[in-house]
Amino acid sequence: MEAHTDTTTNAGQILAAASGGRRRWGDRVFSNVAVAAAVTILALLAGVAAFLLIQAMPAVTASSSDLPGGKSLIDYIAPLAFGTVLAATIAVALAVPLAVAVALFISHIAPRRLLLALGYMVDLLAAVPSIVYGLWGIFVLGPAAVGPMEWLEQKLGFIPFFEGPASVTGRTMLVAGLVLTVMILPIVSAVAREVFSQTPRKLQEGALALGATRWEMIRMTVLPFGKSSIISGAMLGLGRALGETMAVTIILSVSGIVTFNLISQANPSTIAANIALDFPESTGLAINTLIASGLVLFAITLVTNLGARAIIARQNIQ
Amino acid sequence: MSPSRWLAILASLAVLAVGVSACGSSDDSTSSSSGNLSGQIAGAGSTAQEAAQEAWIAEFENANSGATISYDAVGSGGGREQFIAGGVAYAGSDAALEEEEGELEKAAKRCSPGKLVEIPAYVSPIAVIYNLEGVESLQLDPETLATIFNQEIDTWDDPAIAKDNPGVELPDTRITPVNRSDESGTTENFTDYLSKVVPSVWSYEVSGDWPVKGGEAAQGTSGVVEAVTAGDGAIGYADASQAGELGVATIKVGNEYVEPTPEAAAKILEESPEAKALAKTPYMFPFELDRKTESQGTYPIVLVSYLIGCTKYDSADEAAIVKGYFNYVISSEGQEIAAENAGSAPLSASLAKKIQPAVDAIEG
Repeated sequence: MEAHTDTTTNAGQILAAASGGRRRWGDRVFSNVAVAAAVTILALLAGVAAFLLIQAMPAVTASSSDLPGGKSLIDYIAPLAFGTVLAATIAVALAVPLAVAVALFISHIAPRRLLLALGYMVDLLAAVPSIVYGLWGIFVLGPAAVGPMEWLEQKLGFIPFFEGPASVTGRTMLVAGLVLTVMILPIVSAVAREVFSQTPRKLQEGALALGATRWEMIRMTVLPFGKSSIISGAMLGLGRALGETMAVTIILSVSGIVTFNLISQANPSTIAANIALDFPESTGLAINTLIASGLVLFAITLVTNLGARAIIARQNIQ
Repeated sequence: MSPSRWLAILASLAVLAVGVSACGSSDDSTSSSSGNLSGQIAGAGSTAQEAAQEAWIAEFENANSGATISYDAVGSGGGREQFIAGGVAYAGSDAALEEEEGELEKAAKRCSPGKLVEIPAYVSPIAVIYNLEGVESLQLDPETLATIFNQEIDTWDDPAIAKDNPGVELPDTRITPVNRSDESGTTENFTDYLSKVVPSVWSYEVSGDWPVKGGEAAQGTSGVVEAVTAGDGAIGYADASQAGELGVATIKVGNEYVEPTPEAAAKILEESPEAKALAKTPYMFPFELDRKTESQGTYPIVLVSYLIGCTKYDSADEAAIVKGYFNYVISSEGQEIAAENAGSAPLSASLAKKIQPAVDAIEG
């Protein structure tokens, strides 16, 4: 340990001596610039939080009869927060298995020629603007989902998710969740793919040498190695799904109720979509209320991110 | 120093530079040429007026090449707010200025020492649109309309609908009422109609936010039209001009069923009294729409949108353009252009004559 420190100090001194004062000057500039950039990020975040807090205050202190709909602030925001979490949960639950499969295919199974093209294709999904996904959702996916949703209602209606009655237009929570799935798929799979392909060769070859099949090799070496990347990818995706605005605004038939029924015309709205829908015609306290809901979204995102960090940190220690 | 280190420094400097750089732009205001008016003004407000405003502005700027007008369709509430704050010279609003939250007072202060001007400029019938296979025409009385939209009737073959439509074979399709998911003047006028005409069935408060839970909801007029088009058995409400290929229901007024034509819609303003309490100056013409009218050939589900301005502005140029523009909007030519481009109902000649003094009062 001691020897190790000595060597690095020595190496540093030798390098510094070799390049003279210029190196120290460069170091100083670089570190100052880096510090400034980091401080800017913190200041921005603090500024956004302060803005939300200050602007939300009038809605928090106002009596509930003055708020939109004459409901208390909690009654107003709770269904929205529920819808936000529900839509994002559907998206993550569907996207993660799919994204892991895609990432595995690209990193371990696809023939070399297909691999590059497929990788680009998945990345391209991330380049499509969310409003285009929204339009695709109402014009293509929604109408196409009407039949399958009726089937779900008839065959699986005993599950609360598919209670029905099925929407005739297809603008349901399920369809919104599916569109969000497609939107977060590239993020989740890109993160997983990078780490999967870095699985140590000797582990993989060792597993194969011991007689493991390809699936056993992947299960025993690649997946455990990439576990934390899957989690962090899922959390990145969750963050995007929680805040996604335009696609949900266009697709979802919102009704301000709390329900787990995913295929009916009456769905809970999400915080971001609700702000987009109501802001243009709002004045005064109604705007403060919308900002208060934004503050809640900010808090939800913060909590999920911190949670993800904690999970990853624990993984890494193990 | 190695090239990669230089690159690192350059990269970090670039990041900083991007962060620090601010975009500067300067406003070029006046530049007069052949037209008689010159300068630049801004308006903001109602999205319902957007198509009409675009058409009016294009024509007005053609006639006055030195004048530039921009209209930002931020919504009626936002437009009134910006007007009161002095950010824009005029506002387009689906509702007249109200006493609530001191709005009228603040608006009067904004115009001081001049006076407030508020004139109806855009009248649009709201059609009840439906999509029902095999049913070409549909007649509804207000009570049935209200029970459909408050979800008390489930299927199209309900006796309440059948009694309005003798001889029409109604299928047992489920009814899917479609409403706006965003806050809108269209919703406000539609619910205002229902609560005035059939208060016993429609007990909800009048609001731009759709009050009934559990219906199908879609964003904007285009969203509602799309949802109704997509769903068999769907029924919704939207600007009549946007109904397209969809079926349009006729609504019972008095003893007849009336179609949402521009003429029938314009007629409601002649039948309706002015809301004197909200007219704080002789130049304000807020209307209390008489939804309950039984007069022949009148369609009561309409949206009336106003232009709001002042009689005095800081600069004479600004006042002159506002005056010229308002004049053009209420002229028969301006109203025709709006009818062509936005499907609105032209103001009647007698009404245009009545509100003319308000525009004349602007000191331009």
